[in-house]
Amino acid sequence: MKWENWVGLLGLALITVGHYQGLFVAPPEAMMGDVGRILYAHVPTAWVALVVYLVAFVAAVGSLGTGRRGWDAMVESAVEVGVVLNLLLLFQGAVWAKPTWGVFWTWDPRLTTTAIMAVSFIGVLVLRAMLTRPAQRAVASAVYTIFAFVSVPVVYFSVKWWKTLHQPFSSPETVDSPMVTPLRVAAFGMLFLAVFFMARRWRLAYAKLSREDEAPDLPPAAAAIQLEGGGS
Amino acid sequence: MSEPTPSSPAATPPGGLSARQRRTFLVGSVLVALLALGGIASVDMSENLVYFWEPRELYAAGDDAYGAQIRLGGLVKEGTLQWDEGAQELKMVVTDGQADVTVHATGAPPQMLREGIGVVVEGTMTKEGVFKTDRLMVKHSNEYRAPQEGVETKELYKTVEGLE
Repeated sequence: MKWENWVGLLGLALITVGHYQGLFVAPPEAMMGDVGRILYAHVPTAWVALVVYLVAFVAAVGSLGTGRRGWDAMVESAVEVGVVLNLLLLFQGAVWAKPTWGVFWTWDPRLTTTAIMAVSFIGVLVLRAMLTRPAQRAVASAVYTIFAFVSVPVVYFSVKWWKTLHQPFSSPETVDSPMVTPLRVAAFGMLFLAVFFMARRWRLAYAKLSREDEAPDLPPAAAAIQLEGGGS
Repeated sequence: MSEPTPSSPAATPPGGLSARQRRTFLVGSVLVALLALGGIASVDMSENLVYFWEPRELYAAGDDAYGAQIRLGGLVKEGTLQWDEGAQELKMVVTDGQADVTVHATGAPPQMLREGIGVVVEGTMTKEGVFKTDRLMVKHSNEYRAPQEGVETKELYKTVEGLE
């Protein structure tokens, strides 16, 4: 079995244990009641989304530095997994916000910057889909990934820099100890699952890029256009 | 790997950039990103990027505050929360410790609303000195606590605590 499958299984096990503890063992939150248990899903998603975007940034630097296809494939895989987690994060946030804050959405700096972060990295995926020349696509999407990454520290510090409705950073001091353990277990589970998805996605991207390089004059996208009769 | 075309140097893939050009892009884009981040972090955007005003800022705006769509944030002052279930009307005083604003809200308030908690309300300040809103949001702090001993879970879901 490939190494990432073991990581994925470990992640699945940790997520299961963490959420079992979060749902059935940990106490309800004093003000939010059982709704507060979405903490164990939302906070790990946020942490891991930012870490995965950091991987995308490192991959973009590696891609520009070396020009190797492996780094380019990693840009593709990390950005895609990051976008999925980012959209999941926004959705979980809305589900949590309605019963607690009273609204699904508000233009609070933390929420707004998180939405900007999603749109920025979706831009990387759109760019990659548009460019058909492999070398040009690798450079352009790496440069754009580095620009998009600016949004990541801004999201992280948004609750510190500006007045928000979203709560500021939590720490083990602000979270009661029976809630800290399931949070940590679920966070590591989420991290390992993300590593699994990134590794799987990387293999797919690498295989696709390798095939393109064998026929650089006829990239798959251009070939598809000709097949559909759309090419002039 | 395909053979490079005769006109291009061996290090450059078809349609690609040389290693030097790529590294120029790398240094350039990281510099631009750092400058952008440094700009966002260091420039004081508190004038332009304001999610809500606190009561003293509302009063400081003077006449400009009247009739404009405003977000007001502060704490629900102890002993001021009144909920009229029949009329679905809520009255409270929002304070920042220095100034107070009387707020009238319509619609069912979120379950977490209670005295002393942070709120953000969207609406307008009237000439009568009452802030009217139909969008009331309750702020949760970064503290996640277990309920105190003896508190039934059901008790946590009471709407507008302490007013029944």
